[in-house]
Amino acid sequence: MTEDASLRIETFPVGIASVGLREEQRQIPSGEPPPLPPNSDLSVIGKPQPRVNGRAKVTGAIRYTVDVAPQGLLYSRILRSPHAHAEVRAIDVSAAQRDPRVRAIVRAIKLDDPAQAAVRYVGQPVAAIAATSMAAAEEALRLIRVDYKPLPFVVDMDEARQPNAAMVYDRGLAPGSSAGELVAQAGLPVEGNVRGPARASRGDVAQGLASAAAVIEGEYRTQVQTHCCMEPHGLVADWKPDGLTVHISTQFTTGVRRQLAQAFDLPLEKVRVVVDGMGGGFGSKSTLGNYGRIAVALSRQAGAPVRLTLTRPEEQMDAGNRPATVQRIRLGARRDGTLTAISVESHGTAGVGLNAGVASFAQALYDCPNFESAQYDVFTNAGPGTAMRAPGAWGMETAIDELADRLGLDPLALRDAIDPSPVRREERRIGAEKIGWARRHAPGADPGPIERGIGVAQSLWGANVQTASSIEVRILRDGSVEALSSVQDIGSGIGTVIAQVVAETLGLRPDQITVRIGDTLYPAGPPSYGSRTTASITPPARVAAWKALEALFGEAALALNAAPGDCVARGGRIEVRGEPERSLSFAEAAQRMSGDMISFTETRSEDYGGFRRTFGEAAVARQDLGGVQFAEVAVDVETGIIRVERVVAVQDCGRPMNPLLLESQIQGGVLMGVSYALYEERILDKGSGRMVNANLEAYKLIGPRDAPAIDVTVLENYQGRSATDAYGIAEPANIATAPAIGAAVYNAIGVRLRSLPMTPTVVLTALGKLPLKS
Amino acid sequence: MSGEGLSRRALLGGSVYATMGAGAIEFVARAAEGAEDRGASEASASARIVLRVNGADRALTVEPRMTLAEALRGPLGLTGTKIGCNRGACSACTVWLDGMPVCSCMTLAVDVGSRTVTTIEGLAQGQELHPVQVAFIEHDAMQCGFCTPGMAMSCAALLEHSPDPTPDEVEKAIGGHICRCGSYPHVVAATLAAAKARKT
Repeated sequence: MTEDASLRIETFPVGIASVGLREEQRQIPSGEPPPLPPNSDLSVIGKPQPRVNGRAKVTGAIRYTVDVAPQGLLYSRILRSPHAHAEVRAIDVSAAQRDPRVRAIVRAIKLDDPAQAAVRYVGQPVAAIAATSMAAAEEALRLIRVDYKPLPFVVDMDEARQPNAAMVYDRGLAPGSSAGELVAQAGLPVEGNVRGPARASRGDVAQGLASAAAVIEGEYRTQVQTHCCMEPHGLVADWKPDGLTVHISTQFTTGVRRQLAQAFDLPLEKVRVVVDGMGGGFGSKSTLGNYGRIAVALSRQAGAPVRLTLTRPEEQMDAGNRPATVQRIRLGARRDGTLTAISVESHGTAGVGLNAGVASFAQALYDCPNFESAQYDVFTNAGPGTAMRAPGAWGMETAIDELADRLGLDPLALRDAIDPSPVRREERRIGAEKIGWARRHAPGADPGPIERGIGVAQSLWGANVQTASSIEVRILRDGSVEALSSVQDIGSGIGTVIAQVVAETLGLRPDQITVRIGDTLYPAGPPSYGSRTTASITPPARVAAWKALEALFGEAALALNAAPGDCVARGGRIEVRGEPERSLSFAEAAQRMSGDMISFTETRSEDYGGFRRTFGEAAVARQDLGGVQFAEVAVDVETGIIRVERVVAVQDCGRPMNPLLLESQIQGGVLMGVSYALYEERILDKGSGRMVNANLEAYKLIGPRDAPAIDVTVLENYQGRSATDAYGIAEPANIATAPAIGAAVYNAIGVRLRSLPMTPTVVLTALGKLPLKS
Repeated sequence: MSGEGLSRRALLGGSVYATMGAGAIEFVARAAEGAEDRGASEASASARIVLRVNGADRALTVEPRMTLAEALRGPLGLTGTKIGCNRGACSACTVWLDGMPVCSCMTLAVDVGSRTVTTIEGLAQGQELHPVQVAFIEHDAMQCGFCTPGMAMSCAALLEHSPDPTPDEVEKAIGGHICRCGSYPHVVAATLAAAKARKT
């Protein structure tokens, strides 16, 4: 884009709208549209617009991956290991092969490689079959004979850290940086089942602790949480001589396409990835996955389309999870709260995988000259962990609450002292007022037996951007408008937000914009993970629409006998600025174009003023995202049951694009946080390695009747950093909930809980009403 | 592994390497091409039934083990009904039997008998959406939307039987539903709004 070479200066509104905006100048590429005014001056952006596919969702018409059924579809199932650890000596598929309904069989274990001829968790794929019906696939699966030699195993993280623990990986076989599909730090030492540490530090922690007036030290634990997407992981793979088409429930069509091309040695043009309805991901559908490779291999072999849908038990055992952690946190502070040292040592287990670290949050949220972290991955014989709606803040924010208590400071006053962010300061102020912080009593002061309390915690998240994010906007000669990108709607409603951006730019209504997304036939869109979709795709959507409009002005100007620069688009018309009587309808203007359409494809440009960091196609904006959440709880000290009665969530995400959808997403983040804090836990049987609650009833999820009242406030926080100035919300809405509840429980009962989930047993044990667990 | 029965396509298949600790995915062999389908023997254990779905009689052949959810989604092509857990724990598959919400994953197709089945596809009257559907859209009572058809069926059933519910009654009516995206607050608000809209 040659015009990017020259820059121009523009004046942007900056600051929090409810506090007051100021003007700041930014250099922007000359090809970018003028600054977007604050939401109060806009007609579509920032307004509560119902989602464009709402009707399709409430009538059952929208097609999810599980609904895709091409002619000649075969059904497949995966044979999974019943052992937590075993050498696989043989896989005999001959009986299954003789079943005429069976059309393809693949092995998922490489028998001729001693390093890989093993299963390391219950539920690991061993083989898979595609057959003419689901029943046939299931029956044929039982005909496969696998010769296992069971080996010692360990599923408990504490036990796995012991020197005499069963080894998950033989020496030298532990995964390095490429285990799983997310990259971990390479070259870390492995001792037994423990890999690490990955270290980060600044300043001198020992000196910081020595100079502290108060030091708090605690061990905080979090459990394994599973994603529980309502639509299971699944795909329909259709391998044809002229190319591979994969319908897959994914958070990243572009990425899956690349993975498929690489795994099956195909040029990108031969691989098409499609997703329309997408039934939730929360991090677990970020990549192709083994199940994806298996289905494609089956389709290639069978020469027919193959559907693979994981069952709910498979979802729970082998579709990723949030790793469990044990975090030892030390904080040092002066009497006024000023932090002198933060030290985090964390052990986490992502099962047979990597990336169970949690220290990034502790490193970034508060000012402190002295910081150190040492993070270890502990291998256990359990299904691999994966990304899940941000690493939590349970340990760090609980420790901060403890520090406030120790110093005799109000937790909000402490944060005012150590958190430099003016945005979170305003969020604390708003939230405190809404929750009624002034009535908060001393810890444990409620006489009970239903003891109430209030707590607070904060979230921080990088404002992520995927720079390789493209979208095409077309104005057709009849005045209809299309926006096309492979970006997928995983439930947050990005298609609706794209329609709003294009409509606002063109002076149309959102329902006049046809949004075509979720298909790699369109320009490559960003992933829907890391809270980056809106930040990545809305700026190029506005730039493309604006350029298309400029071209349309060129056509309209002739008819209006005006200069193109004097044209404005408003209310479905192209007008001469200040003279609305000189106008054309949008469609009349479009009819004047010489070709069939005006089309511009744009890719996300750098943030104005540059990014803080860039790595490959990903970048982090200069400003942070975050939020402050307050929880009010009622603890029944006779039954140990905690009820979260109310949550006040005050969040920021740059420019809020659609308050209705934002409220939905923030409520969802809060509810997932309540569920994590109180109910959810993957339980593995130590004797067999099996998950005993691999379902949706014994794996406890929050239901409608457990939901607190949720009060959502979203700041308009303008920073003038892109054509839309919009960033993400998914993860920041989830991070603070659990520690806010924990702080509220402490305020209620006066006893500190440092482990999740806070079940009735945990509460009663902490209150000394149950014998301590041996 | 013998090469017996390997087709040319299978030979070309090669193997697929996975990166996530599962080693390689290796082709084995596909069944002999043109082998006779066992469909006939399956059919011998099947029953011929008629389901009255969304006002129309639909004849189909089902195995006794086929659930109503599978019958709706498979042979009847009514994929609006979703299967989330397949054991009655999430209520995503909720449909009406004679106007009462049930988990279609826990109902055998052969047991439906003469009862009328209403699915999400049959909730609207032609192009006119049910008030619950209208309110779900306006209040954004959905995110990914996978639980939404079941949720809407339970909320609409509530309004059929209790036109003026309290918030607590709405929560009770959807008490068995799981929504991982967390749409519960908007579902409750939408259902109360739908009740109000129907009265006026």
